[in-house]
Amino acid sequence: MINGSQHTIEADDDTPLLWVLRDQIELVGTKFGCGIGQCGACTVHIDGKAAKSCISLISTLEGKTITTIEGLSEHGTHPVQEAWKTIDVPQCGYCQSGQIMAASSFLEENSNPSKDEIREAMHGNICRCASYNSIEKAVEVAAKNIS
Amino acid sequence: MKSENKFAFSRRSFLKTSALASGGMLIGFNLFTSCATTAEPPVDLSLLDFNDFNAFIKIADNGIVTIFAPNPEIGQGVKTSMPMLIAEELDVAWKDVYVQQGALDKDHFTRQVAGGSQSIRQAWEPLRQTGATARMMLIMAAANRWGVKPEECTTKEGVISNAKGETLSYGDVVLDAAKLEVPENITLKSPKDFTIIGSDAPNVDIDEIITGKPLFGLDYRQKGMAFVSVLRPPAFGQELVDFDDSKAKQVTGVTNIIQFGNKVAVLANNTWAAIKGKKALTANWKEGTKAESTTDHDNILLGLLDGSKFETLRADGDVKKAFEDADEVLERTYESPFLPHNCMEPMNFYADVNPERIKLAGPIQTPARTASRVAKLLKRDEKDITLEMTRMGGGFGRRLYGGFALEAAEVSNLAKQPVQVVFSREDDMANGKYRPAIKYRISASIKDGKITGYHLKEAAINSNMYGLIPNFFPAGAIENYQVDVAKYNSNITTGAWRAPYTNFLAFAEQSFFDELADLLKVDRIQMRLDLLKKVDKTADERIQYSADRLEGVINMAIEKSNWGNTKDGVYQGFSTYYCHNTHVAEVADIEMKDGKPLVKKVTCVIDCGIVVNPLGAKNQVMGGVIDGIGHAMYGELTFKDGVPQSDNYLNYRLIRMDETPEVEVHFIENELAPTGLGEPSLPPAAAAVANAIYAATGKRITKQPFVKNM
Repeated sequence: MINGSQHTIEADDDTPLLWVLRDQIELVGTKFGCGIGQCGACTVHIDGKAAKSCISLISTLEGKTITTIEGLSEHGTHPVQEAWKTIDVPQCGYCQSGQIMAASSFLEENSNPSKDEIREAMHGNICRCASYNSIEKAVEVAAKNIS
Repeated sequence: MKSENKFAFSRRSFLKTSALASGGMLIGFNLFTSCATTAEPPVDLSLLDFNDFNAFIKIADNGIVTIFAPNPEIGQGVKTSMPMLIAEELDVAWKDVYVQQGALDKDHFTRQVAGGSQSIRQAWEPLRQTGATARMMLIMAAANRWGVKPEECTTKEGVISNAKGETLSYGDVVLDAAKLEVPENITLKSPKDFTIIGSDAPNVDIDEIITGKPLFGLDYRQKGMAFVSVLRPPAFGQELVDFDDSKAKQVTGVTNIIQFGNKVAVLANNTWAAIKGKKALTANWKEGTKAESTTDHDNILLGLLDGSKFETLRADGDVKKAFEDADEVLERTYESPFLPHNCMEPMNFYADVNPERIKLAGPIQTPARTASRVAKLLKRDEKDITLEMTRMGGGFGRRLYGGFALEAAEVSNLAKQPVQVVFSREDDMANGKYRPAIKYRISASIKDGKITGYHLKEAAINSNMYGLIPNFFPAGAIENYQVDVAKYNSNITTGAWRAPYTNFLAFAEQSFFDELADLLKVDRIQMRLDLLKKVDKTADERIQYSADRLEGVINMAIEKSNWGNTKDGVYQGFSTYYCHNTHVAEVADIEMKDGKPLVKKVTCVIDCGIVVNPLGAKNQVMGGVIDGIGHAMYGELTFKDGVPQSDNYLNYRLIRMDETPEVEVHFIENELAPTGLGEPSLPPAAAAVANAIYAATGKRITKQPFVKNM
């Protein structure tokens, strides 16, 4: 189940979800950054929890519910997306779908985080343009809007 | 405001208009015609159509305005800020403007480049002239229709009014306007009348970015396209002997394997199969040129600094004598490693080469140069080539070098099918155009408690500082001043990395000044201010920094950072720098925890003239500061026998959110023409932190990365 619709995937067992999303289903919002789960650009939700799609092998995902940036909200109006827009977070923008997916999953678990909790939670997502101050602020704004 | 009209141009060659077949008007402009060496021929208006211009204003007859952004977008925000310049003078509401990325058009542009923090500075005059001229033509068309003089008409947000209170929208008169002669002597707005310039404009691609729409090079798809992973020599200097592709061919999805030069391309119907296929290749390599290691480079560069083979880039007075006569000499050596760019979007490019035409698409900072190189490589006419610029997942200088586009073109040509070459992160880090390792040796002579001489020596891999850098501060402030450079040619490929040379030179000099002030027992910041007082800008046209503007940012940084009045346990460091025509001062506040520095806050004051888009500008400055700190603290790529010793983020550390300071940004308010912002906030950041670490620990850091050398 990807973004609410059923998909049957034919791929080698070791194929990472990232490439199934990008090359087979043509959902290119999920980005390739490192391929080893270290940069967070490929973050999606698997059964509601943030996961690195570049190291999530397709063989382990049967029956799972997957949400990508394209499916986070119908019209880009998830509170985290709205906050990203309010703060105007992106510079190059490449890592931001991963950042948004990580932040939205984190806020599901903790909707009233401290600054340090936000900084800790977002540790897994690199922004090479270093828009970190803006990401931090946007997560705070999103938290306020959610609670 | 005094207009710095360096870009005088002939209006005739500058602007072109035409009626659109589909209704509406085009106004095209030749950006920087005045900078081109050859004059443009007169324009044949009959030849104009939608495809003729890539950077222009399109006003549809329903009044919708489209502005094409001419320059590549790498995250520096020019896709938003450049059209703002046009919209301001055109006098349309920013919310009614649609921005589209222009494609490469070598006939009509001479600077479609993202580099050197120059896009806004160089476009400031021409783009506003374009908007203002279009507005005047729309007014003239309305005036003709009403039978009144143009001077009696005013505009507001796309609507023209006359003295009687009648109104016409731009869309009502656009077709008439397109038929008019291009008017001369257009007056630009005074900055006090700006309504768009100086106001926050969100990133024009924000909706697409937050919803994951295809925007970037890797998102580019065409029917029949093969995904390509390329096997390249694992060490610099190596050459391919032979390879075995029997296992690679068995990988599901692999469709073709092609050798080209020293490389082997694996084509597949999806990216993962291409990557897997490449991993299944086995190859034998031989040494072509000597394999080099970081220890070799360290010895060679230190040897160059100790030696006497230098090129002198600037020499004032008599440095030799100043040092001979000195009471005291301070000498320090500063060392920096190679750095990969690590754009988050790995290098990639699309090419479709066929006998009729060549289509290129992808993320590139130098589209024009890249198209030329492809034409030369494939012995084709440049006219056959089109190049579409995608949004880029970072640039930082790496995408100035389009080798990846050439690879795509070559593979497409051999495979006779459209291809997209995709670098893995490992490919990206191992096949860089790295920031070269550089070492500086700075010495100052002191006589009677005064600085009498300053000698800066640079030893670098492959290339040395260039342009006006030898004339940056403290050039002009010290009577006997000399800059000498030497280089070693390595087979490791190097290139421009965000704020080339100054990204480390600023660290060296601004660390040195603090130490010099301590030796002289004078206030560290006051020493810099005193030196600035000695700079006579008019005496030397090579000196383009303004002592007054540097003083301005320094004084505001003192005030805004609460310099010298921090809480217990907070230590401050100061740094100031001028580069890319922009003046910056920064103060870092750090705390020590378990012997490690935590950078808590950086106050950055910046004078870049008029701030076109404060929202985007702030992002650039915050990013530059953190980028500078991150690489100074952690960044390092070493080599062993030609092999890069880091290949991905398990063994290469980039700064992450929990390590970043809060960056407080202050812009100096003035009405001077805008200067660059993509780079200038980066260079001073490392020294501000190192000077704060000294304040906290009494230890001077002279070598990057800090984590390994403190």
